[in-house]
Amino acid sequence: MSDKKGYKEIERGTILPAGTSREYKTGGWKVLKPVFDPAKCTHCMLCVVFCPDMAIPVIESKEGIQGKGGKVYKGWVRCETNFDYCKGCGICEVECPTEAIKMEREGF
Amino acid sequence: MSIVKSLTGAQAAAEAMRQINPDVVVAYPITPQTPIVEYFAEFVANGIVNTETIPVESEHSALSAAVGASAAGARAMCATSSQGLALMWEIVAATPGLRLPIVMPLVNRALSAPINIHCDHSDVMGTLTLGWIQIFCENAQEAYEHMLLALRLAEDERVLLPVMVNQDGFITSHAVEPVKIYDDETIKKFIGERKLNRYLLDVDHPFTVGPLALTDYYFEIKKQQEDAIYAAKSVYLEIGKELSSITGKGYPYFEEYKASDAEAIIITLNSTAGTVKDVVDEMRNEGKRVGMIKPILFRPFPYAEVREALKNVSSVGVFDRSIAFGAYAPLYSEVRNALYDLPKKPKIQSYIYGLGGRDIFKSEIRFSFNELLDGKVDPNIQNYLGLRG
Repeated sequence: MSDKKGYKEIERGTILPAGTSREYKTGGWKVLKPVFDPAKCTHCMLCVVFCPDMAIPVIESKEGIQGKGGKVYKGWVRCETNFDYCKGCGICEVECPTEAIKMEREGF
Repeated sequence: MSIVKSLTGAQAAAEAMRQINPDVVVAYPITPQTPIVEYFAEFVANGIVNTETIPVESEHSALSAAVGASAAGARAMCATSSQGLALMWEIVAATPGLRLPIVMPLVNRALSAPINIHCDHSDVMGTLTLGWIQIFCENAQEAYEHMLLALRLAEDERVLLPVMVNQDGFITSHAVEPVKIYDDETIKKFIGERKLNRYLLDVDHPFTVGPLALTDYYFEIKKQQEDAIYAAKSVYLEIGKELSSITGKGYPYFEEYKASDAEAIIITLNSTAGTVKDVVDEMRNEGKRVGMIKPILFRPFPYAEVREALKNVSSVGVFDRSIAFGAYAPLYSEVRNALYDLPKKPKIQSYIYGLGGRDIFKSEIRFSFNELLDGKVDPNIQNYLGLRG
């Protein structure tokens, strides 16, 4: 049958452990997909801050990543969008000051 | 030890809240509930209780704030009437779903439109499918005692559900009666502390309250909620027994007044029960076997017990102070349902009365009793008392 718990086993009230939204992948909702061009990115982090789903991962890079104008950006840099959680809202495209993100139809 | 005070129903509810001494009371005024939070605010201002009062901008916010406080582990309360309950609606449904033991006095008032401030039961009857335990009070004394019982019932580990404690707008809430207030210390001991098995602000053991549950778990969570409200039935009697040891009174599912040998019984809620009892006394003096049943615990509804109480009665009249447009009136519907399993069913008929606070007179109650005694009963005709033709 199912591996899900029955009503006698689950905790009472609508209560779950913390952080379970991580298991709920909402990426499948999107119609438009952000296409990221690292060559235009200045790693200003505006897209990261504005993303309502925290779907843009950030790492600390000592060696740095090549971005806009061939410059190497060191320290905190953004990576490719996590498509498991990106709902394709397009806020990052609007906020990006260097046009490094373009929304495109997915699967066409 | 107890003292008798001259109190309105609203004051009686506020007295119970004083003795409960909740952590949080959220206040938003609405006629005829307003005096409850007003009297309570006075206790806060005078330092008689330790409660944090939160004045809010609407009833939607009022119950939301109480839900937040209750989820965090506080004992939280608010009070409302009619339109206020309507504005709370979204949160009224969420509260039992979250299993939060909030006790809320509801001072029954007619729902708009047309706008009306007086008593009927159209406000509460709309909430019956949402999962609150519903307790009805005939007078200020009951409004006081049932608040105490409701608090313990709500917070019982086997229940954990919110309770509405209903009293009639103006008729009960604004009329002064002698009310016996029991000793503060005794009630404090009866009420006790809210027991929690976890704390919302425990950063070492974080958890989520009110997450999304779709096709995977919603059904299971609702079944748990249903089990809880059925469990409330026996817990209600158990806690009632405990309260009896303080008050000396019984706390049954419904009050039976001269009902055991009655041929005709009228069933009605709240303050009208007092008037019906008067008529029962008068007609008993004339040798007529009439009686009354007044439901107190309305959700969960005690179907089996009502059925048992009515099995030897010839005729039953059910008085509803609201209409369930397009369906049997709410109380009539429950009583009629309860009788289905009886091999020999009493005759039954429905009377709607008192909408928008229109008075009900003893002559009308007597008229209904006479109809029931004469067997002039048709379950398919909707009767109205005090309606102009």
